[in-house]
Amino acid sequence: MTTSIKQLPDIEQVLSGNGACGGCPATMALRIVGKALGSNAIMLLTPSCSVASMGMTPKLGYNWPGINICFATAGSSASGITHAVEIMKEKGRLQGELPTVFSWVGDGGTYDIGFQALSAAAERNDNMIHFCYNNEAYSNTGVQRSGATPRGSFTTTTPTGKRQPKKNMALLMLEHNIPYVATATVAYPGDLYDKVVKAKNIPGMKYIEILAPCYLGWQFDMPETVQLSRMAVKSGAWLLWEAENRKISFNKPSSLIISGKKDADPVNEYVMKQGRFNRLLKGPDAESRIAEIQSDIDREIAFMRERAKITI
Amino acid sequence: MKSVTKAYQPISWPMKGAGGDTGSWRTHRPVVDTQICTKCQLCWVYCPEAVIDRNEITIDYRYCKGCGVCATECPTGAISMEKEE
Ligand SMILES: Cc1ncc(C[n+]2csc(CCOP(=O)(O)OP(=O)(O)O)c2C)c(N)n1
Ligand code: SF4
Ligand code: SF4
Ligand code: SF4
Repeated sequence: MTTSIKQLPDIEQVLSGNGACGGCPATMALRIVGKALGSNAIMLLTPSCSVASMGMTPKLGYNWPGINICFATAGSSASGITHAVEIMKEKGRLQGELPTVFSWVGDGGTYDIGFQALSAAAERNDNMIHFCYNNEAYSNTGVQRSGATPRGSFTTTTPTGKRQPKKNMALLMLEHNIPYVATATVAYPGDLYDKVVKAKNIPGMKYIEILAPCYLGWQFDMPETVQLSRMAVKSGAWLLWEAENRKISFNKPSSLIISGKKDADPVNEYVMKQGRFNRLLKGPDAESRIAEIQSDIDREIAFMRERAKITI
Repeated sequence: MKSVTKAYQPISWPMKGAGGDTGSWRTHRPVVDTQICTKCQLCWVYCPEAVIDRNEITIDYRYCKGCGVCATECPTGAISMEKEE
């Protein structure tokens, strides 16, 4: 059973009055992550919106020791810290339960520039959680395309819409044979909470990716952050799944779409809500561009359905 | 662990208001109608700012950014967004 909202703990690790935009999905997600991790954790951040959101010295908007590291180094920096913490424990310089070492990184820092160091950390199975809050662009610098930007989406570096499909980063991480991989999104806080609690209690490398609809980059109305997150899942544009010891299982409502018990909503409504798509869909080739977006989604659903059948 | 005695590096400390009094960003203010509210806590869970009290369903206007997520997600329509003066 998924943890219900009323069962979530009171603890707040994201402090009110931080520097994030109103309605920010990254802050929304991090609040739930904080409830699952508790205060005994060390946070690493690469340059991103979540760094800008930390606020101004001498105040810090997150209630963890937070380290700002170089853009490409989430994997290697977290490896260094997790090893250091283990050695300090061995030498008796650190008592009690070891802190959870986690990185909180955007899709730019995960899919693109941080990929090599993250891949290496995963291959070593170093003990950490890598969170990717995926707003499908480099938002902090004004919305540039990343490897997570879906086909058809406008960014400042794809002024006529991105021509390539996004890559399946969570699956790439799974293929490193790490003990835990999960996807989540802000509309389903209980699901996210449970996944983080699980990850916290598994030794080795854990990867959790959270779809984070950003009103600024996606160009929808600020109060609709959660609505867009829900629509992404219901249209199958975002699949909720987790893999413990390499076995994939899908979570509701994605599991219903995968099993065929429920049809995914057609992508049109989801796409039309977002300025990043609909400004490109006013041209004469609008129909074929929607069809492209739909076929990328259909392919991912079909692919993940088959991939999940491999359980060895 | 050794404790830090001198802040020789740019070290910050966890505190509310790290981005200032963010309530001043608001153009609209969420107002809860306690007669309609069922205390389901949905607004509390989705509020990115952690400004809603989960038991009383009251809002800390010093920091509430007025994003309107709470009003959009409220299943009973108990929250209205009222224009700030
Ligand atoms: C090596 C390096 N290149 C570029 C930058 C500039 N920069 C700062 S934040 C950022 C965007 C980060 O994007 P992402 O990781 O997706 O996080 P988001 O901003 O979307 O939260 C960039 C390009 C930098 N700080 N360091
Ligand atoms: S640009 Fe998007 S992700 Fe960045 S702080 Fe604003 S709402 Fe959050
Ligand atoms: S979401 Fe609406 S009904 Fe539920 S607690 Fe908040 S104000 Fe009350
Ligand atoms: S308007 Fe936004 S910041 Fe203010 S209480 Fe509602 S959800 Fe929280």
